[in-house]
Amino acid sequence: MNNETTPKTETAEEIAETTVEETVEETVEEAVKEADAKKEKPRKGPSLMQKRMMKGYLFILPWLIGFIAFYLRSLIMTVQFSLSDLSVGAVGGYTLEPVGLDNFIYAFRVHADFKQILTTSIADMLIDVPLIIFFSLFMALLLNKKFKGRTLVRAIFFLPVILNAEAITAAMELSRQMMAGGLSTSSAELAEASSGMSIEYYIDLFGQLAMPRSILEYIVEAVARISDIITASGVQIIIFIAALQAIPGSMYEVARIEGATAYETFWKVTFPMVMPHIITNVVYTVVDSFVGSEVVDLAYTTAFEKNNYGLSSAFSLISTVITCLILVLVVRFIQKRTFYYN
Amino acid sequence: MSSKEKTAKAESGKSLKERYTEYRNSSKFQNDKKGFISSAKTFIVDLFRYIIIIGISYVILAPVIGIVVNSFFSDADCYNPMVYLIPEDPTLSRYELVIERLNYFSTCGQTLLYSLALMLIQVTVCSMVGYGFARFNFPFKNLLFACVVVMIVIPTHTIMLPLYITFKNFDPFGIISLVRGAPINLMGSTIPMYIMTALGCGLRSGLYIYIFNQFFRGLPKEIEEAAFVDGAGVWYTYFRIMLVNAIPSVITVAVFSMVWQYNDAFYSNLFLMSSDVIIGMKISTLQATIANTDKILDPNIQELYLDAGIVLVMIPVVLIYVVLQKYFIEGVERSGIVG
Repeated sequence: MNNETTPKTETAEEIAETTVEETVEETVEEAVKEADAKKEKPRKGPSLMQKRMMKGYLFILPWLIGFIAFYLRSLIMTVQFSLSDLSVGAVGGYTLEPVGLDNFIYAFRVHADFKQILTTSIADMLIDVPLIIFFSLFMALLLNKKFKGRTLVRAIFFLPVILNAEAITAAMELSRQMMAGGLSTSSAELAEASSGMSIEYYIDLFGQLAMPRSILEYIVEAVARISDIITASGVQIIIFIAALQAIPGSMYEVARIEGATAYETFWKVTFPMVMPHIITNVVYTVVDSFVGSEVVDLAYTTAFEKNNYGLSSAFSLISTVITCLILVLVVRFIQKRTFYYN
Repeated sequence: MSSKEKTAKAESGKSLKERYTEYRNSSKFQNDKKGFISSAKTFIVDLFRYIIIIGISYVILAPVIGIVVNSFFSDADCYNPMVYLIPEDPTLSRYELVIERLNYFSTCGQTLLYSLALMLIQVTVCSMVGYGFARFNFPFKNLLFACVVVMIVIPTHTIMLPLYITFKNFDPFGIISLVRGAPINLMGSTIPMYIMTALGCGLRSGLYIYIFNQFFRGLPKEIEEAAFVDGAGVWYTYFRIMLVNAIPSVITVAVFSMVWQYNDAFYSNLFLMSSDVIIGMKISTLQATIANTDKILDPNIQELYLDAGIVLVMIPVVLIYVVLQKYFIEGVERSGIVG
């Protein structure tokens, strides 16, 4: 065997490969080297290093099998399905008939709602993600300080993450709409009746103050979605709180000694230090918002109610590729501006 | 007369204005002023914080409160415009009927058992894989770990069709069709979920692997070195030493896995699981059951029954959350979703 004849060169290579922090491996390697030094004759069987390597594979083996059997295979199958016309046989098998890019062409040029649903989903995501990030950072800043009832408040803010069962969410949505509709319409009517002012009046006012229409619309939309945004930002708030607590206190001390105001301290100390976690949060938020988007519903109904499996795969594939593209672009964009402390 | 009394008399002799200007110029005044301004500042900031926090807590809690309250409304309360939040004539009849229709204790117990079993598998498998990635060096390690991240990032709906087909005609390497003559159909049972979870591809397994990986990487290596020197094998070290040290992240993953599994609708829909086992499936048909079986046709009243059902479904999760609240939040904070 090759290993037995050249044990030394291999350990040397492995030393080069291992990083400094892997001390366990180092001790193992030292043991191997000593063993080699003692008996110069070639050993039988794999080296300790290789044994350890094998054990590493053993540890990840269940996942590796699962990943290949379910994820990798399924991804390939999805691509395959999207490129063909799938018909389910009587026994339970299925036959594929390659049709090239027909499904994609159909999705974009013929299907009635796909383009519209896709664009609204993406637009919703692009509106929601920055809002959720800013909102959760803001809330984390508020919740980070010690005050009475902090644990309770944090528990309440995390509640939506716990109660996000789809069945419950759907029912809650209905109830919330009923409640919010009742409350807000009646209170808005009351306010209008008593003082003669309306939301439209303020929107108009800000419009006349030469505030750009697009920004104004964005803000109005943000206010209208406040409930969605709050429910979607439970995990993000907690991540930001953890990030804030990880900032060494000495930095704030230095800032205070140098005479920085609270505003300056935020932009020069706090914000750069939580910047890396913004990426984590953006990834989490994008994935989370896409999982619950309408495109998923559309793909589901196309497959299981209309039995058009090829088209459904094409839908899934298009939306996934777009999500990944957005993720890559956004992460690149933020990463360029991120300051890494360590 | 002592000198003290003298100065006191001299001071009292001064006019009020003189004393005021003296006080104004003294450093005490400057301190008082600063103190007052800063305490006013803190007060305003605190007030601002409490207003926002209470407002947002209301937005979060309002639907929950609404559901809980509605479930106690009687028919008359539902239509009485004067009744808001506090029912005039509270009734438990909604719960009685819904418990019967949901077959609540049996269904909920089965769902909890199912979540519990999957949670145990999830913790065992994901911690093993996380440990493998954290402490061993092997070829393609970085590539494989990138695959774990891909698992987190790619939405599961992308692969739902192949999963459906795989488990509908379940036939690994043709073994089953060799024995039984035909591939086995696993739709309608919970087996697909067990298989996927045992192979590290269950509900959010990627995230749990990531959490465990981060946690194990943060543990000092000296423990393992000591175990190695003392002659403990890799498996012994892992089960008896590392897993014990990883208890905080084990609990975090356990509670998250349990709750998310309990709440999951995606996989139970995809694998067409029976609504006798999954309470989430049953709740989605509750309104129809109430309408068809009990001939309660008023949608507003149906809504009240649905609310009672939702409360019943939420109870176990809320109980888990209240008891283990600390672990949920600290888990997210500490065990590596960060970083």
